[in-house]
Amino acid sequence: MSITEQHKKLERNVTLLGAFAFVAVIIGGIVEIAPLFWIDNTIEKVDGVRPYTPLELAGRDIYIREGCYVCHSQMIRPFRDEVERYGHYSLAAESMYDHPFQWGSKRTGPDLARVGGRYSDEWHVQHLANPQSVVPESVMPQYGFLADADLTIGDPAARLTALSRVGVPYTAKDIEQARADLLAQADPEADAGDLAKRYPKAQIRDYDGKPARLTEMDALVAYLQMLGTLVDVNSAAAQEDLATETGR
Amino acid sequence: MSGHSTYETLRHLADSWGLLAMMGIFAALSLWPFRPGAKRHSDEAARSIFKDETDGR
Amino acid sequence: MELVLSRAAAWFAALLLAVIAVAAAQDSGFAVHMSIIAIAALIGLWVTISRADYGAIARGIIRTPADPGRYDDDPVRWGVIATVFWGMAGFAAGLYIALQLAFPVLNFEPYLNFGRLRPLHTSAVIFAFGGNALIASSFYVVQRTCRARLALPGLARFVFWGYQLFIVLAATGYLMGITQSKEYAEPEWYVDWWLTIVWVAYLAVFVGTILKRKEPHIYVANWFYLSFIITVAMLHVVNNLDLPVSLLGSKSYSVFAGVQSALVQWWYGHNAVGFFLTAGFLAMMYYFVPKQAERPIFSYRLSIIHFWALIFLYIWAGPHHLHYTALPDWAQTLGMVFSVMLWMPSWGGMINGLMTLNGAWDKVRTDPIIRMMVISLAFYGMSTFEGPLMSIKSVNSLSHYTDWTIGHVHSGALGWNGMITFSVLYFLTPRLWNRERLYSLRMVNWHFWLATAGIVFYAASMWVAGITQGLMWREYGADGYLVNSFADTVAALHPMYILRAFGGLLYLAGAVILVINIWLTIAGRQRVEEPLRQAAYDPAADRPIVPAAAN
Repeated sequence: MSITEQHKKLERNVTLLGAFAFVAVIIGGIVEIAPLFWIDNTIEKVDGVRPYTPLELAGRDIYIREGCYVCHSQMIRPFRDEVERYGHYSLAAESMYDHPFQWGSKRTGPDLARVGGRYSDEWHVQHLANPQSVVPESVMPQYGFLADADLTIGDPAARLTALSRVGVPYTAKDIEQARADLLAQADPEADAGDLAKRYPKAQIRDYDGKPARLTEMDALVAYLQMLGTLVDVNSAAAQEDLATETGR
Repeated sequence: MSGHSTYETLRHLADSWGLLAMMGIFAALSLWPFRPGAKRHSDEAARSIFKDETDGR
Repeated sequence: MELVLSRAAAWFAALLLAVIAVAAAQDSGFAVHMSIIAIAALIGLWVTISRADYGAIARGIIRTPADPGRYDDDPVRWGVIATVFWGMAGFAAGLYIALQLAFPVLNFEPYLNFGRLRPLHTSAVIFAFGGNALIASSFYVVQRTCRARLALPGLARFVFWGYQLFIVLAATGYLMGITQSKEYAEPEWYVDWWLTIVWVAYLAVFVGTILKRKEPHIYVANWFYLSFIITVAMLHVVNNLDLPVSLLGSKSYSVFAGVQSALVQWWYGHNAVGFFLTAGFLAMMYYFVPKQAERPIFSYRLSIIHFWALIFLYIWAGPHHLHYTALPDWAQTLGMVFSVMLWMPSWGGMINGLMTLNGAWDKVRTDPIIRMMVISLAFYGMSTFEGPLMSIKSVNSLSHYTDWTIGHVHSGALGWNGMITFSVLYFLTPRLWNRERLYSLRMVNWHFWLATAGIVFYAASMWVAGITQGLMWREYGADGYLVNSFADTVAALHPMYILRAFGGLLYLAGAVILVINIWLTIAGRQRVEEPLRQAAYDPAADRPIVPAAAN
């Protein structure tokens, strides 16, 4: 069979055409994505990164549910203005337990990667309920309903279990204690046990100004207040790791 | 082999022979439809969508 | 009869499962979705049972027409109607969220907040409007180019109705806050599984039809459709690998995290553009532009290169969405280089489409459908030039996170995808409903100008908004401090957001004209109107001047 005939065969055989097209489209993906899973300088180990507490995780799930990622990024780029405006540029390790990532693609509102600790809880509650009352120019929608919605999660342990199955290092005790941890973190009166030990830098307090109630507002503010607070980016060890991180 | 040198090796490959091989394949594939003898076949294919307009005439 | 019984049993089983799932649901959103599935199963059951008695009614919905001498066009007709319907829904949602950004009082918490409506808009225009246009046009084109009826006609009907169910589940899910937060892949795990089933059925119908073709050569439009179906299947499955928290709840967690999750998502996201919105719509171009121009494609050999170069290069371009992030440098560079290279096949394809009109350029004046095709290709060329430009890292450092990206996306979506789809709808409607012509060609002309003006307002305002905001963010004063607070930059965009909404309003107004035109064409009406262009001709005056002396 001549070479010309073979070419015609491709144009006349749908299986062959489909197979060749599949090969053509799979190469790029393999070359770009596969190495991220085995080249070990993709994510430098950084001290302080830990899985989310059950309350923070509940807040993160609300952040996703409300589509906050549509207008807020969580990825500070290494430019002078961004670092001055938002804080140290984001490290790969800081989102290593984010299933999926929340880097975002648009800043209709400001970046939130290091928003934790920048404002008071009261500011967040007021701002979420009525953004324009705090920032008159804001175009953000109102989220007052969060303060009136009880935080109802069927089974917090099930969420931690699912995450541990996809690789987040929750311990058996974390999972067992999930519901207790969830309630305790937003209630300063309760006995939090070793919550703060298992989740270093976990902030234990009432967030929404209603200590008697655990609301979705508690969870969302708890999440916002921990964003970017886990890693001490200015420590010597972190700086040394950063120097070796390729990507900037 | 450490991750860093794996990266270096691949980077060098991509910058040299990998690039050359891809250019070669690209050039060969781009010239392929213009090989002699393909024109008649191609023109036929291009006109195939008009065949149904003369059905039954 | 046995077939009816077994089908009815299958529908009943689906109904039962859905009702059980409603009862056992872990969250209200999942319960609502299972109720929708139960209703769909109930409709299926009713249609199956009643078909035995009212064969004529049901024939159109689940069986093929009996005449083997005709193409199987029912799913195409429904697809045309669904495309128009979802297009209106998607454009209206887009206008509404554009107004929300200009006037935030239009947010009504919680269901109608911007964060929930924005995925509704993007999914409605990409997957509902674009997806239905792709499925309908591919079923039309594959039959004509293969000179064969659809293989697996029952499955083809399943593809259509199954896809509508996917759209309803996705859209209602966003309003209830059911989302994975992956852009353009927001639907949760069970909806993803459903779409996978529908998509495999779609592939089976498409490939099955090609297998039983009477024409030896597989026309190039089918190559593009085929690669679009295969690649979207691959992207959809890989990007939606996730673990449900409970099989009776809507929540799931992605198996990928952080950097890997970001790259998988944008590998998906960019190729949703590359294969859903580009390869699939190029297939339309390769069939409908030559048909409407009544001349073969400019260069069939160029189309072969166009095809292989486009599908090979596109898949690499995803990392340009992640410039200067924590994604490794080498991946960003690869993404940038391939994005720039992608310019060439993109323009090769555009030139191939435009040059098809070589020797018939007068049709741009006389045929408004051709004019729509030409402007869509022009917008395709503009956005595929702008795209590589924005993927260059130094440009991206300014444009990323700003409205420039939004403007870029819309010049492609409104200009290229929208315009080519409108022209295909205008091409198909008279043929599918066996009408002599459209209700009105002059209304096509109005639609053309309204839509074009709308895109100009949209793209121009978003360019200004994006560059303004990008420059304001990085503006330093003489004192060495940042000049603008973030809120200042938001306030600066307000006039641009109003202009953008005005552009959207014009585009929507054009689409309303389309609805009227298509509706009345299907109804069999023809507007009495002057032909679009007529140079004055008076036969009495068409004679030489006879010299007086000759008398």
